[in-house]
Amino acid sequence: MGIWSQVLTITLVTGAIRSATPILYPALAGIFSERSGVLNIGLEGVMLISAFAAVVGSYYSGNPWIGVLYAMAAGLLTSLIHAFMCINMRADQAIVGTGVNILGVGLPSFLLLKLFGSQGISPIVPRLHEWRVPFIADLPILGPILGKQSPLVYIALIMVPVSWFILFKTPFGLRLRAAGENPYAAETVGVSVYLMRYSGVLISGVLASLGGAFLSISYLSQFISLMTAGRGFIGLAAMIFGRWNPWGALLACLIFGFADAFQAAAQAANVPIAPQFLLALPYVLTIVALMGAMGRAVGPAYVAKPYEKA
Amino acid sequence: MDKSKRPLEERRFSLLSLVSPIQFMLGIIVAFIAGALFLWAFQEDAIRAYSVLFKGAFGSKRYFGETLVSTTPLIFTGLSVALGFHCGLFNMGVEGQLEFGAMVAAYIGYAWNMPKVIHLPLALLGGAVVGGIWGAVPGYLKAYHKIHEVITTIMLNYIAYAVADYMIAVGGPMKGNSDLPASPKIMATARLDRIWPGTRLSAGIIVALLMAVLVWFFIFRTRIGYKMRAVGFSADAAEYAGINPKTMTVWAMALSGALGGMAGAVEVLGVHYRFFAAFSPGYGWDGIAVALLGLLHPVGVVAAAFLLGMLRSGSITMQAIAGISKEVISILTALIIFFSATNQTLKPMLEGAIRKHNLRGDEDPAQEKKHEG
Repeated sequence: MGIWSQVLTITLVTGAIRSATPILYPALAGIFSERSGVLNIGLEGVMLISAFAAVVGSYYSGNPWIGVLYAMAAGLLTSLIHAFMCINMRADQAIVGTGVNILGVGLPSFLLLKLFGSQGISPIVPRLHEWRVPFIADLPILGPILGKQSPLVYIALIMVPVSWFILFKTPFGLRLRAAGENPYAAETVGVSVYLMRYSGVLISGVLASLGGAFLSISYLSQFISLMTAGRGFIGLAAMIFGRWNPWGALLACLIFGFADAFQAAAQAANVPIAPQFLLALPYVLTIVALMGAMGRAVGPAYVAKPYEKA
Repeated sequence: MDKSKRPLEERRFSLLSLVSPIQFMLGIIVAFIAGALFLWAFQEDAIRAYSVLFKGAFGSKRYFGETLVSTTPLIFTGLSVALGFHCGLFNMGVEGQLEFGAMVAAYIGYAWNMPKVIHLPLALLGGAVVGGIWGAVPGYLKAYHKIHEVITTIMLNYIAYAVADYMIAVGGPMKGNSDLPASPKIMATARLDRIWPGTRLSAGIIVALLMAVLVWFFIFRTRIGYKMRAVGFSADAAEYAGINPKTMTVWAMALSGALGGMAGAVEVLGVHYRFFAAFSPGYGWDGIAVALLGLLHPVGVVAAAFLLGMLRSGSITMQAIAGISKEVISILTALIIFFSATNQTLKPMLEGAIRKHNLRGDEDPAQEKKHEG
């Protein structure tokens, strides 16, 4: 019994980190975009398109890492549309994001039928295998949790301090944040707001694409229609909960990841709660978490406001 | 009132009144051209795709009937999203509100037994009320907890799907006797009549058009509608003028949700006669495109709903005959949305062009006076 409970805790934590990953990517993505002043509610769509691109790359090359490159290219291209519409066309950013999300439903389905002749589900493709980290894997407790995870999990975790460093410790990060806090002041001191906002949105696209790739060629080994199941939006909630800071976002993602892992474990253990309600748990938690976080959390001042060059 | 002081848009006739229809047509044309380019890029015959699409939407009485069947819920969902936008709210939760509306309408429809004059309106009303309550939740969270409605409405959609799945799963409280994961069939007394023999078109479309008129009246001709628009324009300014933006936010989301709930109720009472989880092929999402393409005006919404209804019904034939995924219409919808998003930029451009044209002297002189003075 003692051993059983220990196994359960460790698998739960391992599962929590795995479940946190596809939320952490869009959360970091959202931070870069919104810090530069562009609201990005299209991350869900970016993730879906990249998840599909990852499967295409892996299918035709036989190498899942080529799939990751395909995903990143797809994320870059999709967010280029977003950036152009929001920055150059000064379009309503929430509406553009919705367009990207709907594109994320349509484009993969269209290509699924075109390339594989199937509806809603792709063939099985080579997936990324877990890495065994030499030293850590041998440690007790920490070994099973962090010793053998997908490379995309490690990349996500490394991106947390990297993002924090870029945003808060480099001149580039300062300029990017200035574009989101006060673009007019930034421009007068020689910062190109357009360039910073493009950077923010494109970095955001690449990060979100890794989240998509994680779902399709690491967590699973195929694309399933709508497989992101709102994770792009939960990522945005984690971003808000973490106050637009990578460390805070990581904490929020771990909480959501834990809820997800918990509901999966509870389902497996046949607890007397309807599985539908267990599945809804992360979504309920998202709302409850935001209820606690808002009011205190204040986003960048100029997010969602188009910038007009003088 | 001095004529020259009235806003340009209210003049009896001005080319400016054509700006909205021009935008509407431009939106469609640009989306179709971009869609064709997209199809060509993937080596599909776009001309054939479109011709099959149109044949599938208008080719026969049955096809045209299906177009109108798809138009009906889209009018409701388009009105729902448009009403939210007028108060500055982005209701992305219409899918969830629609699920609840359908669920409740189905329950009232099969579980209660009463004469049609009461039964049918009650089922409709039940769907609207519960959809409204579900919609008021994100309104409350926005007004009193400052949580952006986009995230909460999406989360509530997933929760609504979960509840819907639970209701009709094996052993669920609404599960019918058939093998299907669906509710029992509703009684004849709760059904909307079929109004065009040989098609599935129900009186739901009349209810939808009626709601369009009501929503127009509400938004543009009532005090509370005016207050909502004021909040949508600027919540701070509205508050300064003595309007409570919090109350307006909750009510706008509730009414928006009620329209979403009616969409679901009408689908159950007029088309399927029972509730099952996947009855909506994304009508809630299409509602966003309908509202934006229709420039948030009920007349525009009805026109846009017809256009998207046509795409929906035509796409089924297109997939069957031309082998092109019916999801191409999601791509067209996304393109329509992208284009609509630039309306803020486009409208002043169009108006500017017309004013410039007027200044050359071939429109009414009153307009020139304004520019000179």
